[in-house]
Amino acid sequence: MDSDKKKKMNRRTFLKGAASAAIAGSAAVTVGCEGKGLLGSSEAYALEFQEYFKKYYRVMTPVERQETVTRLEKLAKIKQDITVNIDTTKPGENVLFGYAFNVTRCEGYMECIQACVKENNLDRKSNTQYIQIFEMEPGQMTPDQGDSKFFHMVPQDGHFYMGVQCFHCENPPCVKACPTKATWKEDDGIVVVDYDWCIGCRYCMAACPYMGRRFNWNEPEVPKDEITKNQHYLGNRKRVKGMMEKCTFCIQRTRKGKLTACAEACPTGARVFGNLLDPDSEIRFVLENKKVYRLKEDLGTEPKFWYFID
Amino acid sequence: MKKNTASKGIFSFIKDCLLWNLSGPISYQIYLCILVCLMMAGIYGYVVQFKLGLSATNMSNIVSWGFYISNFTFLVGVAAAAVMLILPSYIFKDKDLYKVAIIGEGVAVGALVMCMTFVFVDLGRPLQFWHLTPGIGQLNFPSSLLAWDIIVLNGYLALNALVPAYILYCHYKGREPVGKFYKPFIVLSIGWAIAIHMVTAFLYQGLPARPFWNNPLMGPRFLASAFAAGPAIISLVLHVVNSTTNFKIENKIFNKLRIIIVSAAVINLLMLFSEIFKEFYFPTHHSQSATYLFFGLQGHDSLVPWIWTAISINFIGTMILAFNPFRERQIILFPALILLIVGIWIEKGIGLIVPGLIPSPMGEVTSYAPSNIELLITLGILGLGMFVVTMLLKPALIIEKEYDDNHEH
Repeated sequence: MDSDKKKKMNRRTFLKGAASAAIAGSAAVTVGCEGKGLLGSSEAYALEFQEYFKKYYRVMTPVERQETVTRLEKLAKIKQDITVNIDTTKPGENVLFGYAFNVTRCEGYMECIQACVKENNLDRKSNTQYIQIFEMEPGQMTPDQGDSKFFHMVPQDGHFYMGVQCFHCENPPCVKACPTKATWKEDDGIVVVDYDWCIGCRYCMAACPYMGRRFNWNEPEVPKDEITKNQHYLGNRKRVKGMMEKCTFCIQRTRKGKLTACAEACPTGARVFGNLLDPDSEIRFVLENKKVYRLKEDLGTEPKFWYFID
Repeated sequence: MKKNTASKGIFSFIKDCLLWNLSGPISYQIYLCILVCLMMAGIYGYVVQFKLGLSATNMSNIVSWGFYISNFTFLVGVAAAAVMLILPSYIFKDKDLYKVAIIGEGVAVGALVMCMTFVFVDLGRPLQFWHLTPGIGQLNFPSSLLAWDIIVLNGYLALNALVPAYILYCHYKGREPVGKFYKPFIVLSIGWAIAIHMVTAFLYQGLPARPFWNNPLMGPRFLASAFAAGPAIISLVLHVVNSTTNFKIENKIFNKLRIIIVSAAVINLLMLFSEIFKEFYFPTHHSQSATYLFFGLQGHDSLVPWIWTAISINFIGTMILAFNPFRERQIILFPALILLIVGIWIEKGIGLIVPGLIPSPMGEVTSYAPSNIELLITLGILGLGMFVVTMLLKPALIIEKEYDDNHEH
């Protein structure tokens, strides 16, 4: 028995050692040798090691969630020398977020994209953007007929503009597709990704009918002084290469009662964000009093993102 | 067999297999070296990709699956095709095909190893692969078709590796395998072969976001093209075995395979015609992917020459095999088999995956061609597959030959 146990222990320690070597190797590859001094980097390796074996976010206990947040904050301090604040605020009671986009008002200034990139710490190297603005001609109704690559003064005569981002479907095909349950719909209707649980297979990307998801093809880069430091575990915290990400309705802001960055930045007031369950909200007013429509209704995905015309 | 049976345990089985695999004429050693070089090249490519991320490939947010998944799809078919040898030999008791069923199973194992490696190299975060393991991870079963695919592919690999291993081990020890130990698994593996390809088809078919894939004919057509390309590859392997070893394969076996290939290839062409009719008789918004594939869209037409080549050689290969103008000289059918395999590989690989993603759901059109790293890794995986097949077949054929000789005299 004793020797059996010893054998087992040996095997386990060996496996742990092998795994840690693998992690250290991968960490060395991802982090690069920045000459942080032996102590600093060994602490980072230890944290990375624990991070590697952590659980799926949805099965973590509150204590485990706090532990991983502490580790991530420490890692940000050690590796990037910044103090971030990662929170894990849960969905509010009686909250279901929805979005409405005023097609008449949008003039294609793209302030929303700028604000989104900044707020959500999107990769500057590959120019990742959650929002796409399409320039449309009269008679066109869906963005796939429009042009997303326009580069000129806006607004152009005889054109109108439509914004597209993740629509946070009530019946999201991406959630159904994910083989590891790394993406799901929260109780307040936000479709989120547990970045650390994602294996990067990109099946969700193939399943999304709205081009709502973005993949980190390279190691994302954000200039240190431009990093938004108020972060959410499921939102704008640091991502690495190989992870899927997407619009989270600025979960780090909206769960604290603020507007999304895009809605706040829009200079024309074309973007309406709010709680669908609050009868006094602006979004409810739009849905009740304007003529609204959604994209690809025939697919039955039930987007919580409506377009309307004044 | 000169050794007495008692001394032949599992260890001597493994040892003999290794020895047989490593020994051979100089040409065989060179062949092994080439395969090892291919694998090394693949490993080099993967190290680069691991460092840079998948930006080392030419995939993008629009074409999010490329050459790896294309090859994966084709090879699932090759793996499934072993059933076309197993079914007649074990269920219909066809003595001729029974002799070569083991070769079909070896090819299936090689194809499956390649399939899994292709999926693995396509992952953005391969170190997190354990998240898929039930128990310690979260497998999204039964909701995700990818979870289904992982289960059926691993199950099929186990069936196709363990059943032949048991039979070979028995033959190695000079005794008849016990039917009840393996026959139930043979029956299971027949259904399972259909399942791996249907599930892989459902992986694409189940996505309403992609009209080009969201097509109920996809599963059956996958099977038809698999039962043409798979036995064609097995035929090629049999030709190689026939000309390089003393395991002789009779002409009637090639003929039986030819009939299987032709039947499946004709059904495949029929279904292809049906799909083309649907897309182009009354083109709708959903026919854009097909338009992109066959004629090009908004100036992007990189796949056009490929698909027309594929359909032409597919048709020519099928016709040559069907009318068989060379009768008993099977070797002349070699080029026809290759035409058919390449045709199906293009059409079912890159000709199926890439147009499914173009235009993007938001109407963007782009072009895709694999990067050098993708080609290098693909070459490495091909080398790995050939290596696995060689390592499995060489000892298997030696054991079978010895067993047959002993039991005939």
